[in-house]
Amino acid sequence: MDFLESIRFDMIWNYKELFIRGLWVTLGLTAVGYIGGVILGLFLGIGKLSKIKWIYYPCKYYVDFFRGTPLLVQILLIHLAVIPSIFGHSLGYFVSGATALMLNCAAYNAEIIRAGIQSIEKGQMEAARSLGMPKREAMKQIILPQAFRRMIPPLGNELIALLKDSSLVTVIAANDLLYASQVVAGAYQRFYEPYVTVAILYLLLTWVCTRVIAYVEKRYSNSYIPRRRRTFSFSRSSVGG
Amino acid sequence: MIKINSLYKSFGNLEVLKGIDCEINEKEVVCVIGPSGSGKSTFLRCINLLEEVTDGSIYIDGVKINDTKTNINEIRKEVGMVFQQFNLFPHMNVLNNITIAPKRIRKMHEVEAVDLAYQLLEKVGLQDKAEAYPEQLSGGQMQRVAIARALAMRPKIMLFDEPTSALDPEMVKEVLDVMKQLAVEGMTMVVVTHEMGFAREMGDRVLFMDEGVIMEEGTPSEVFGQPKNSRTQDFLSKVL
Ligand SMILES: Nc1ncnc2c1ncn2[C@@H]1O[C@H](COP(=O)(O)OP(=O)(O)O)[C@@H](O)[C@H]1O
Ligand SMILES: [Mg+2]
Repeated sequence: MDFLESIRFDMIWNYKELFIRGLWVTLGLTAVGYIGGVILGLFLGIGKLSKIKWIYYPCKYYVDFFRGTPLLVQILLIHLAVIPSIFGHSLGYFVSGATALMLNCAAYNAEIIRAGIQSIEKGQMEAARSLGMPKREAMKQIILPQAFRRMIPPLGNELIALLKDSSLVTVIAANDLLYASQVVAGAYQRFYEPYVTVAILYLLLTWVCTRVIAYVEKRYSNSYIPRRRRTFSFSRSSVGG
Repeated sequence: MIKINSLYKSFGNLEVLKGIDCEINEKEVVCVIGPSGSGKSTFLRCINLLEEVTDGSIYIDGVKINDTKTNINEIRKEVGMVFQQFNLFPHMNVLNNITIAPKRIRKMHEVEAVDLAYQLLEKVGLQDKAEAYPEQLSGGQMQRVAIARALAMRPKIMLFDEPTSALDPEMVKEVLDVMKQLAVEGMTMVVVTHEMGFAREMGDRVLFMDEGVIMEEGTPSEVFGQPKNSRTQDFLSKVL
């Protein structure tokens, strides 16, 4: 077949360094954006549960802004306007890209974390408080460990979404995975090979993420009993209430 | 030990407690009975400030607890609470459920806390369950762990909010037995309960609550034997 014979993956091979570098940049942007996004999201999520107005409203408006505007716009705004106006010059695509991804991811995570915390029965906080635990301590020791389990599936979805969305940083000339395929496409004026390759690479990355998330989900699902001890056969005789 | 003066509590427009005066002495066991929705839980929850008091005052050992200057956490260390739904921490085993507060709040040493936990587990008859998780326990066992957990803070007062209401009938006794033992040992207790047998046997005093006020109070033999208030008579005729 003409079509198959005309496929030239050798040109991808010629640019393999660019793809490998792109892979690392994509992974780096995703990792930094996600970890930062979870930590910042945690504070925002708790902030959105606050009864104190000057804590609640900034958190709410933050989330509304970052969920209500396109990530692409946020990336450009941060790279071309916010960072240069604070530092006087650009800090490079990675800092801008990771910052934008982190701030955006945090807004989505905040909602997940808020909902996760709210899903824990009120009695848990009351029991902790009645033992004399300050709110912060009760949150850390009692509520969050339980809530995090319920957040694993939606937080996992966010990770995959962020991994794919990180391709948007190409617009600020980041050397990410998508950028590598654009270079090849530009050099050879061929589009199938570079974009199919990049699609496969993204698919591979999201597949690995999916497997990891599924593993974590399984490990922490249903039971709080550590795995090594679940082999005991305890009778779950009628649990009241 | 506890002194409550004209306590009022509203949820929005709904007035739930309408002027409660009550005194609870050291080592006294006070049982609170009354129809559902009469404000018994709210009353109990006010005593350890799980509910914000609308008006009136509550003193524990002479300290006004519903005062902005009082440290709520300091008060709660001295007041143990046992809930209808147990509220054990499901992500911790029994031992950690009991030791977390002494370790974190009383800054007790690990060894000492574990030691205390085993003593308390022995008291509630669950030494062999130290490593178990709440989901592996029956309702009665969970409630006994919850009692041990509250006792681990060495409270001066224990509040029980219908501790046996969520239990299957065959498990009620094991929990009541633990409470009886506590009463015998001289713990100050306020017990909201539908177990009239327990109130009659262990109560030094019985309060009958209805529509947010204490309608009648007295010794068990007074309240159960010759109830004066028609509402009390009516209630008792339904439950006894
Ligand atoms: N957090 C709350 N918000 C609004 N109403 C409440 C709340 N807690 C209790 N109530 C109301 O207060 C009344 C008394 O409740 P409660 O103290 O639980 O009664 P009891 O324990 O005697 O059954 C009920 O009408 C109940 O609906
Ligand atoms: Mg109640």
